Amino acid sequence: MDDIVTEDLSKSYPSGWPGRPPFVALDGLSLTVRRGEIFGFLGPNGAGKTTTLKILLGLVRATSGRALLLGQPAGDVATRRRIGFLPESPYFYDYLTAEEFLGFYGQLAGLSRAVTTQRMDELLQLVGLEEARTRQLRKFSKGMLQRIGLAQAIIHDPELVILDEPMTGLDPVGRKQVRDLILSLRDQGKTVFFSTHILHDVEMICDRVGLVMKGRLVASGRVDELVRQDHIQSVEIVCQHIKTQGNALIHSLATRVLQQGPQCLIVLPSPDAVDALVGEIRRQGGRLLSVTPHKASLEDLFFHEASQTASRAPAHVTGGRAS
Amino acid sequence: MGVIGVIAVNAFRESLRDKILYNLVLFAGLLIGLSVLLADLSITEHHKVIADMGLAAINLIGVIIAMFVGISLVNKEIERRTIYTIMARPISRSFFILGKYFGLALTLLVNMSVMLAVFLLTLWLYHVPIKPSLFQAVQLMFVEILVVTAIALFFSTFTSSTLSAIFTLGLYVIGHLTADLRAMVANSEGGFGKAVVDLLYYLCPNLEMLNIKGQAAVGVAAAPEYMMLASLYGVLYAGVLLTGACLVFQRRDF
Repeated sequence: MDDIVTEDLSKSYPSGWPGRPPFVALDGLSLTVRRGEIFGFLGPNGAGKTTTLKILLGLVRATSGRALLLGQPAGDVATRRRIGFLPESPYFYDYLTAEEFLGFYGQLAGLSRAVTTQRMDELLQLVGLEEARTRQLRKFSKGMLQRIGLAQAIIHDPELVILDEPMTGLDPVGRKQVRDLILSLRDQGKTVFFSTHILHDVEMICDRVGLVMKGRLVASGRVDELVRQDHIQSVEIVCQHIKTQGNALIHSLATRVLQQGPQCLIVLPSPDAVDALVGEIRRQGGRLLSVTPHKASLEDLFFHEASQTASRAPAHVTGGRAS
Repeated sequence: MGVIGVIAVNAFRESLRDKILYNLVLFAGLLIGLSVLLADLSITEHHKVIADMGLAAINLIGVIIAMFVGISLVNKEIERRTIYTIMARPISRSFFILGKYFGLALTLLVNMSVMLAVFLLTLWLYHVPIKPSLFQAVQLMFVEILVVTAIALFFSTFTSSTLSAIFTLGLYVIGHLTADLRAMVANSEGGFGKAVVDLLYYLCPNLEMLNIKGQAAVGVAAAPEYMMLASLYGVLYAGVLLTGACLVFQRRDF
């Protein structure tokens, strides 16, 4: 069962000037998010992440294409009862206290006063804001605002939680709290769809990711599928007492050579050249200090796709990298 | 409490915590107090000057609040992005517009009640007779303010705050002039000018219909039928504008 489905979703904004082409924010985006998974929606600033989220929530209308949430068309008012949302850098009614704030959103979600009060107590404890329950939001720090924002997103116990850049601007402690909260939501059987450009968090908690560039999904799937972690991208060799200057063999094998006093760092593009280089180090009577293989990471994929997108029209690929 | 009520109460709470509104109401109190000084300067008609000034102060401050808070009702939500979390809830956009409108209407009702209380106290202190016509004038002022709020809200659903302010102020001024303009061109031989004035007369709100301050200050009461008709006109006009605001807001991207 898929909780989010988008098919060929596009959104363009008129330029406002006759003759000028419209600005394309989304260009045929198709993705699926399965029930009960944490899906990380990755992309650089301006890639179309927030536009996608806005379309899913009915805040913006798609120019073309189709989007379904929990089996219903995006923007369906009744379905929103089953969805929680935290926007990017949330600005809330800062004249409200934490209690009033959660009470307001609980009532908007159709909860009774008794249920709202019970959920409020649970959530203030969960996000660590019990002490601040009677404090106005204008006196909250950014991390506290993010946490109270998360609490409002889940006060009505939604099946699907959509978070726009939930870790942005948080310190390491705050980021860990949000990560733990997202993981606990998955443990409760909820689906979490969140946009981010903090790759480390995605690698740590996401079941699957989608990478969007210039309004198109260029890759989607499990992190290990996408980055092929068994594949060694480069090898770093550190050695001592060898002469690299003018050595044709070393320079033909290496992509980078860095000499610092007696110590030398040599970067090889693949493991295939390791034997040849080690042989050369021994031949010169040098000392081998370390051989470190570097596996591909999500960051490599991110930069690779960013550079590729700049030079070509990307194709949509599921469960692997764009062709 | 329904969704409209929840949003209305929140909008009311927001205005209660906004110190600007307190300052405006305080200013109205000062204006009403000033009417006593002006009355002392006039040779005759002390009572009329106090009543006139008091009613004008209530009207002025009410319109200012309706206009400027009305404009910011929706625009502020969009500019501060608070609308994202509201619209992600299971509520229709029309309910949001209506909730915000009724919240401001409630705020205006409370503000006008406070100003009316200060006004009546001033009249009582200076032995000015408190006649029913004064209450009639305040009633129609409130209806006028409901119309102005609806105008401001309507424009703010599709334009910026600055343009909304200009359009609302423009419509407010025209609304007080259309009846006079129509009377001026009534005897002309027709033509484009007359057609334009006629169009304005029927399209723009006839706010002069809701202005009985002059006769109320001298104690002349309006007929009950007139009060009912004028109130109904104002409420219907506001209703049409609110319907328009809801329709425009339905199609808006955030």
